[in-house]
Amino acid sequence: MSDAIRPLIVGAGPAGIRAAQTLLGAGLRPVVVDEAASGGGQIYRQRLVPDERTPRDLYGSEAGKATALHEAFVRIRDRIDYLPQALVWNVRNKTADVAVDGRTRRLDFSHLILATGATDRVLPFRGWTTPGVFTLGGAQIALKSQGCAIGEQVVFLGSGPLLYLVAWQYMKAGARVAAVLDTAPFSAKLHLLRGLPFQPGVVFRGMRYVAELMARGVPVHFGVEPDRIEGTTQVEGIVWRERGKEHRLACDAVGYGFALRSETQLADLAGCRFVFDERDRAWRPERDLAGRTSVADVYIAGDGAGIAGADAAELAGERAGLALLEDAGRSVDHARIAVLERKLAAIHRFRDILEAAFPFPEALASRVDDDVLLCRCEEISVGEARAAARSQGVHELNRLKALTRIGMGRCQGRMCASAATEILAAAHGKPLESVGRLRAQPPVKPLPLEVMTDGEAA
Amino acid sequence: MSRILRKDVAIIGGGLVGSSAALALRRMGLSVVLLDKGYCGAQASGVNYGGVRRQGRPPEQIPLSQRAHAIWPRLKELIGIDGEFVRSGHLKLARTEAEMASLENYAARVAELGLDLELIGHNQLRERFPWIAGNIVGASLCSGDGHANPRLVSATFALAARLAGAEVLEHTPVSHVEKLAEGFHLSTETGAEIKARFVINSAGAWAGAFAKAFGEPVPLTRIYPSMIVTEPLDVFMTVNIGAEGGGIYARQVERGNCIVGGMRGEPTTDPDYSRPTGTGAVTIMNRAASMFPALRSAYAIRFWSGTEGEMADRNPVIGFSRTTPNLIHAFGFSGAGFQIAPGVGEVLAELVRDGETSTPIDAFSIDRFTRMDQGSPAGSVPEPQTREALK
Amino acid sequence: MALLKRLARHKLPQITFTLNGEACFGLAGDTVMTAILTRTDRLRVSDFSNAPRAGFCQMGACQDCWVLTSEGKRIRACSTALEPGMNLRTMTEPRS
Repeated sequence: MSDAIRPLIVGAGPAGIRAAQTLLGAGLRPVVVDEAASGGGQIYRQRLVPDERTPRDLYGSEAGKATALHEAFVRIRDRIDYLPQALVWNVRNKTADVAVDGRTRRLDFSHLILATGATDRVLPFRGWTTPGVFTLGGAQIALKSQGCAIGEQVVFLGSGPLLYLVAWQYMKAGARVAAVLDTAPFSAKLHLLRGLPFQPGVVFRGMRYVAELMARGVPVHFGVEPDRIEGTTQVEGIVWRERGKEHRLACDAVGYGFALRSETQLADLAGCRFVFDERDRAWRPERDLAGRTSVADVYIAGDGAGIAGADAAELAGERAGLALLEDAGRSVDHARIAVLERKLAAIHRFRDILEAAFPFPEALASRVDDDVLLCRCEEISVGEARAAARSQGVHELNRLKALTRIGMGRCQGRMCASAATEILAAAHGKPLESVGRLRAQPPVKPLPLEVMTDGEAA
Repeated sequence: MSRILRKDVAIIGGGLVGSSAALALRRMGLSVVLLDKGYCGAQASGVNYGGVRRQGRPPEQIPLSQRAHAIWPRLKELIGIDGEFVRSGHLKLARTEAEMASLENYAARVAELGLDLELIGHNQLRERFPWIAGNIVGASLCSGDGHANPRLVSATFALAARLAGAEVLEHTPVSHVEKLAEGFHLSTETGAEIKARFVINSAGAWAGAFAKAFGEPVPLTRIYPSMIVTEPLDVFMTVNIGAEGGGIYARQVERGNCIVGGMRGEPTTDPDYSRPTGTGAVTIMNRAASMFPALRSAYAIRFWSGTEGEMADRNPVIGFSRTTPNLIHAFGFSGAGFQIAPGVGEVLAELVRDGETSTPIDAFSIDRFTRMDQGSPAGSVPEPQTREALK
Repeated sequence: MALLKRLARHKLPQITFTLNGEACFGLAGDTVMTAILTRTDRLRVSDFSNAPRAGFCQMGACQDCWVLTSEGKRIRACSTALEPGMNLRTMTEPRS
């Protein structure tokens, strides 16, 4: 075991677990820090205690992968330094600040693998902050981890494969799915035919989800433009426009989202250079095929490096682990590297097709009314953002934040930065890239003031 | 496309000093170009703590500070927003007998200067400010002082200057300033060229290079005060808190966030930028939770630090250059520029228009550093040049 | 009215806790968010307009699910497991 190499892995989802496994295989003992109580990340999130449901009930077609991943982690847990329910809230040079249970400590590392995953990407529309509205990922977690539906009559809305997956999972679990509202036109789905040579299983599964939903009598609408969610204290209905006509449906819960957004704050604090990703419509850390960033000894893998899904995350985690080993002078299996890179390339080609089949609703971002809340933490409206763009000459996101408070709340822009980017760019008729990105500041999540320091005197 | 702007005054540095000078000059009818290497008000002016206080300043700063004091309540009229200025009072705590003696000493020294300081003992403190914990010996209260929002105030002064007709060139670093027979020629990195009768060097932490280029180097260094801000909380802080002896300062805004400072950050690889240290932030969080029990369950949601210019004697440089006619310096506010800056802006405008100002600023003369340096070649100071008349 | 509807895990052991002074129970494996939202419709009110909020992302990102303990400690409901004897308050009064 080498003392000189002290790797720190942030995140115990698919990418983090495979990275840890890879390093362990070379005789290293990485520290693995994760916010959750157990491994698996979001897509393979585990329940807190066992219950009557099978892995198939929880993870559907991915049950095999989920179980394999969880079992892999169980096997390695005692041979790594695993810190669950721990938050890396800052990274600087070769030190991370980690908070666990009200105590913070400094962790020195020689190498860093960031596997920080992603959250749902949302856009605001009237009523989006009403109790009973959750993200698609949130709706899925309620079901998977907690065995709950987000309501008695749930409407799912958005764009992306997750929309159909979650709706189908709800239906299978016995929830009442009132409707699936797809903001993309049906014709966009035809792009999926291009995906058949790459991931036929994924494409057929998606078709099956839609077919089974429809067979169960769940209305599926395409080309939807959400107008508002009705209800003051709780969701009562949803109103949308479709082919110029207004529709209304009674419901008591809405799960929505438009694909995912990467968690990149730690990469920013670590000094990584960022590039604009047209497909993700967002800036992400620059990386090579192996997951190396612009900073020596810092690697990224998984959805935190750009959205590519759980399968890619596992592959990328292993690939980044191998890159670390290679850079540290260890011998690595180049044949395996070639296999990983080939598989990753295939997945990325498929992601382009997915993006075409499930396009982001640009119009929704730019057409939302001025009086709708953009920043739900600070309660700043879309109109305030547009006014700053117009009359204060704001062209850039950090300046927008400084002058309007958008992004200054507890969530630090996670729920509003994507929308703020779209709205600011649209206000000036400029490309998304031109408005920049929010600069990360520590702590990357709220930190208790009374946090005690471990050991090292302040 | 390189254009030559001809203005009465070119101001290098669009922080609060430069922006308020630009606005004051426009109100006098003089033409102005305000230049900043980035966004106006993005540096020290925008990231400081936000204290608007006279108390604690050395006596020589008080006249200038009093001048600024009269401006703050008129912000809405001047720049269109009140900048969240609140006359909350500034309470400076003494945690030891020695610190209390120091507060008493200061109160005596400034007794005639109109600060109306009130010295408070331990019992009164507990009664009037029960939300402050610990064995505080006493405090000095300046009820006319307060706090405001630096992000809004600085940027809005620059906006007001622009609306008043100043040419504001952001993201336009000045690369060279040349003294001509009459006036100055400024070159910038964007290709814009400027000819101006007067130049104001209000370039903050970056002003030293300009001063040096005109033969008057100064002991200007950089400090990186760092701050934490909490989530919005029930309002409990009724004053802006400082501490004699430093270490902690705290204020709460109307929206409920508490801002607490008292530690220093560190420069990044680019010395123009800084970031708070994890250790420093945790220290100040713990100090805050300890001093203010109402914060014990609160969460911090952001840390930041900024780059400020500090002079060796902690007084700014304000006034005419000693080497070059019509060059005026105003920098080095040493972490205490926010309150005083609007007053400095007015003074700078008077210097341009009249060649003098009614507010005493001799103590901030740039040649105090060379005068201290007796016997060295740099110690021979040329007589101040005659000021060229404004056409 | 409760927001969340239980579809599974019904037979797991009950965990008693107190919510806004009332004794209630959740189930083993519940997060605080689930335990509260299976019996009520809000967790807190927004800071500046007192609008009801009941979380959003369920994964510790949106920060819209904070609740209080009776001692005034803050808990992020979606990422905290329900424990026996917890004494919880939803932050539904406007801030002073």
